[in-house]
Amino acid sequence: MAINVMKNTNSRIGKWAQKEGSAYAFISMYALMFFIFIMVPVLVAFLLSFTFFDTIQLPRLIGLKNYVVLLTQDDIFMKYVLPNTIQFAVIVGPGGYILSFVLAWILAQLPKVPRTIMALILYSPSMTSGVAMTVVWLTMFSGDQNGYLNSFLLGLNVIQEPIQWLQSPQYLMTIMIIVTLWSSMGVGFLAMLAGILEINPELYEAGSLDGINTRFQEIFYITIPSMKPQMLFGAVMSIVSTFQAGAIGVTLSGGNPTPQYAGQLIVNHIEDFGFLRYEMGYAAAVSVVLLLMVLLFARVANKLFASEQ
Amino acid sequence: MKQKSLKKFSNFQNSRINPKGYHPSQLKFYVMLLPLIIIMLLPIIFIFSHAFKPLDELFAYPPRFFVINPTFKNFTDLFSKMSGSGIPVSRYLFNSIVITIVTVAASIVVSSTAAYALSKKKFKLKKVLFSINTVALMFVPIAVTIPRFLIIERLNLMDTFLVHVLPGLAMPVGLFLIKQFIDGIPDDVVEAARIDGASDWRIYYAIILPMIKPAIATIAILTFQATWNNAEISTMYINDESLKTFAFYLTTLTSTASGANAVAGQGISAAASLITFLPNLIIFILLQSQVMSTMSHSGLK
Repeated sequence: MAINVMKNTNSRIGKWAQKEGSAYAFISMYALMFFIFIMVPVLVAFLLSFTFFDTIQLPRLIGLKNYVVLLTQDDIFMKYVLPNTIQFAVIVGPGGYILSFVLAWILAQLPKVPRTIMALILYSPSMTSGVAMTVVWLTMFSGDQNGYLNSFLLGLNVIQEPIQWLQSPQYLMTIMIIVTLWSSMGVGFLAMLAGILEINPELYEAGSLDGINTRFQEIFYITIPSMKPQMLFGAVMSIVSTFQAGAIGVTLSGGNPTPQYAGQLIVNHIEDFGFLRYEMGYAAAVSVVLLLMVLLFARVANKLFASEQ
Repeated sequence: MKQKSLKKFSNFQNSRINPKGYHPSQLKFYVMLLPLIIIMLLPIIFIFSHAFKPLDELFAYPPRFFVINPTFKNFTDLFSKMSGSGIPVSRYLFNSIVITIVTVAASIVVSSTAAYALSKKKFKLKKVLFSINTVALMFVPIAVTIPRFLIIERLNLMDTFLVHVLPGLAMPVGLFLIKQFIDGIPDDVVEAARIDGASDWRIYYAIILPMIKPAIATIAILTFQATWNNAEISTMYINDESLKTFAFYLTTLTSTASGANAVAGQGISAAASLITFLPNLIIFILLQSQVMSTMSHSGLK
């Protein structure tokens, strides 16, 4: 009815409303939420990164100072946070991704029932997303002799006294990486599995006529090129979940900062400055750096798996 | 020789990708997968086993992996307990259930209506909007916790029920997956209905929705996991204890479990972990075939 009224008053607007208006109506709810909770935050982070803001006074423009301080004076960032983040991201990102692909490929070689059961087992750690598993990890890696790992190693006489796994700087990062890899078979893994199963079997037959003999050649010349879109989707998902997993060190060690900054990742650095020191402008600059890192990783993935048009 | 080639022929399908039945060549894959499956499964089994351990087994030395005398005591303890501020545990669980149901339902409506427009309607900004959403697939929410906090504060959403629901509704992966799935429905179907005089709303409701059940199931699962396991929203935006979630309550247990409250906390937090984990597992098992058929549309070009 509203459309009819509009039609009478102004035929051009009426036509538009009839043709495109309902499309915008359908998209409006999502667009609004997207705008408020994704677009504006990114924009605000970007703007705040050029200011000094302690949440009490209004933000004061200070130009690029936050970035300059971050790159030249923030010892903790340069000495611990950045190397830690790169180490974590490079091992967990590509590591988890390759693991997902290899497992998806192996699963695709099996009949439906065992494949489904095993895919479920491999996927299930990713749905726990931290919270529920904390109890398990805290018990496994507990620092007293009652901890499962300690008790196991003491029993084998590998170690003579219990080790404070989660409090010692030399082990924390390794444990964080293992725990995150354990839960890295997520949505991307399912997408790649579906992608491998979708490939037309005739491609393989044609390939074998063209002289592709080993399964390795098959993977590189047929499987991966035929499922590039899924490979790219999986890559983006694994980049996002890698950076999103950044709080794991704080969860495991029980505090921010982590012991001697051993498990300090860029996400923890943001939280440290934003919510513990209330230097919101500086924290926003670190957020922007993080978002740029994600984009950089995604660009590399895009280069690798973009479909040729 | 002849027999061998014949056998090879009849089993050709079974030694390839997506085989129909068993073939000896699959054995090596089982051997490769088995150790990994066991490693992946151990923590999951541990959640189950740990939750049913009586007190003496929780603190047995040497620690035991499997429960010997299973008991429900941890669960009864959990529900007879009050949190530090006098809120019964069942209240957190009730909050989580209501929040999750509302968020999942809203997320389905919000994402599927937008996906329908992006896939089947023609309008100017269509391409731009979809590519913005594709870039947003790379969005890492944890990076913008601070601006989000400031915005939610400004919008007066602190300490409201809505703050649990709204941020989760903008889910680029969800919109992307449903849109790709709707792309698989031929345009002719929609055109035919339009010629018959069906309105957009009717096309969406009566034609598209019934055809995209797998995609709906997938986004339901993704939203469910993001909401049910969410403790951050309660930590950051909620001060009113009676509005917090079960996942939040679990984090308070694990942070005290290592401290002074260790003895009493262990069993309760093990039980709470299982309660948090179990619904994820059950829902995924029920909907897994739908998820897989959605994932085959997941390609990012």
